[in-house]
Amino acid sequence: MSDKKPVLELRNVDKSFGPIDVLHEISLKVGEGEVLCLLGDNGAGKSTLIKTLAGVHQPTRGEILMDGTPTSFSSPRDAQERGIATVHQFGGTYPLMSVGHNFFMGMEPTKGVGPFKVYDREKANRIAVEEVQKMGITRITDGDRLVGGLSGGERQSLAIARAVYFGARVLILDEPTAALGVKQAAHVLRIVNEAKRRGLAVIFITHQVMHAMAVGDHFAVLIRGAIAADFRKGDKTREEIADLMAGGESMADLEANIEGYMETHDGHPPQPAA
Amino acid sequence: MTDTTSTKATEPASEGFSLIAFFRSPAAGAFMGFVVVFVIFAIFGFSRNFLSVPGITTWVNFASLVGIIAIPVGFLMIAGELDISTGAVLPAGAMTVAIVSGHYELPVLVGILVALGIGALIGFVNGTIVTRTQVPSFIVTLATLFAVAGLTLYLSILFINNTNSFYQAPAWAKSLFGGKVFGFNSSVFWWAGLVAVFYYFLHKSPKGPWVFALGGDQESARNAGIPVRNLKIGLFMLCSTCAAFAGALQVITFNSATSQANFGLIFNTIISVVVGGVLLTGGFGTVMGIVFGVLTLAIVTQAIGFTEIDRNLSFLIIGVMLLIAVLMNDTFRNLATSWSTSKKK
Ligand SMILES: Nc1ncnc2c1ncn2[C@@H]1O[C@H](COP(=O)(O)OP(=O)(O)OP(=O)(O)O)[C@@H](O)[C@H]1O
Ligand SMILES: [Mg+2]
Repeated sequence: MSDKKPVLELRNVDKSFGPIDVLHEISLKVGEGEVLCLLGDNGAGKSTLIKTLAGVHQPTRGEILMDGTPTSFSSPRDAQERGIATVHQFGGTYPLMSVGHNFFMGMEPTKGVGPFKVYDREKANRIAVEEVQKMGITRITDGDRLVGGLSGGERQSLAIARAVYFGARVLILDEPTAALGVKQAAHVLRIVNEAKRRGLAVIFITHQVMHAMAVGDHFAVLIRGAIAADFRKGDKTREEIADLMAGGESMADLEANIEGYMETHDGHPPQPAA
Repeated sequence: MTDTTSTKATEPASEGFSLIAFFRSPAAGAFMGFVVVFVIFAIFGFSRNFLSVPGITTWVNFASLVGIIAIPVGFLMIAGELDISTGAVLPAGAMTVAIVSGHYELPVLVGILVALGIGALIGFVNGTIVTRTQVPSFIVTLATLFAVAGLTLYLSILFINNTNSFYQAPAWAKSLFGGKVFGFNSSVFWWAGLVAVFYYFLHKSPKGPWVFALGGDQESARNAGIPVRNLKIGLFMLCSTCAAFAGALQVITFNSATSQANFGLIFNTIISVVVGGVLLTGGFGTVMGIVFGVLTLAIVTQAIGFTEIDRNLSFLIIGVMLLIAVLMNDTFRNLATSWSTSKKK
């Protein structure tokens, strides 16, 4: 199916939390220099899927292959050390810590020798500021600045810059453009393309068809924890993709439904089902 | 190399101990509070020997025992946890030394090591329960506070048929752990040494930031690959071990130990930490701030007798100080997160 060498592959992966089954029989591949767009409705299991790849969760059944050999990620650190960098949907920054500390959290650069290694604040701050500026956030010039004073989008960009910097093989982005302005979102898309050109495997989650179309080589749609569609760029039209992202219902039908409802109900939109 | 502009822009802030950086740090408030209290007490105590050797050593000696425990309590608070079991661990440590080395006449170092081991074990239990369950650490350590206090009383009666004990350490141990230099107890020097080690760990070592991350956003810390559970258990163990060590210093210094729980110590450590600028909600604080917090508390509670201020006012002063500190910590947090923005404009 994929012509690129697969870096990460899932085979029949199931994930349940106690009695709750979240993922069923997921089989997916992402190759070098390829962008896999993971699409799906809220609660479809996208974040759970990527947390399984990032070492946060272990699969209940099935296997994960890296470079063709079965493997397991015992912890987020384990996945990180093997070159998988993830920007999770929520959090990822510490408001009362500096830009430099945030950027290098868990991977602190040190100076000095022997057992008395010291955190290299200057190096951390310099690299953090450089990398964040590359993301188009030029307002950040001081690595000592606390992240709590940054806007939501600036924090998001910091988290992405961090993943790009540490991601050696695989870059996983969970709704990275959700909090971003038009310019910064375009920047993130450019960075995804750049990472792809450098030969990284990228997994990209988004609810925006435009963003998915702009970078995706390969699309997988999750509906209630199962892969409902898996296709390559150009196999489907924009409308078809939008319909799949809405959980398989036709977008045009949904819109017509709402309009029809509003006409018969004095212009009020329908109440969400209880 | 392409980004010379950004490198230059970071330079002014990278000078280290600049005045602005100092006033931005949470230690600044604690330092200023200490200076204010010291000056007021010096004025009212000028004729009452506040500035004499006994006047100063009284509160510094008291501060050293509280301080040895307050800093790891502060680490836990920065990491988003509370430890109030210290009030039982200190007497447990003191009684252990008195029973092992006093009653059973084993070498003093054996007594101290057993005390430290018991401390580490209590910390391990605290940390394990806190990280394996959803029970808040306040409740977990409240439970171990009573459990350890009860066990200490019970075992004291069992072993020596007394809840109090006396112990005279050999001369070398007495001068190392419980001696006096110009009126300052050995514990003061131990505290100074530990402050240096703790300062290195929290503010210089590459693992220091992990403690802040635990209190900042634990979920993100775990996702960033930080061994959240082990780090937390380690901090609880450090805290209880330090409390047991303070108990060992206490029994060797004063030649006596009691198995009664020291509830005052719980308040003293937590007040010192908060007055020292550590945020109750975690994620923010400094070692030097805690040191000044401990010193301030010690002056107000111990040195008031060397001044013309009425002794009974000391609790009132502590209460007011604590309120001011909490309000200031909040302001400092807001200032700290917005500082750079306003500076640049
Ligand atoms: N730790 C957990 N324990 C129990 N259930 C969970 C857990 N994590 C996720 N779930 C459940 O799994 C389902 C999928 O969640 P997930 O966060 O993966 O969705 P998502 O596709 O990322 O949605 P969104 O687009 O809203 O981010 C949800 O119903 C959620 O309640
Ligand atoms: Mg999600």
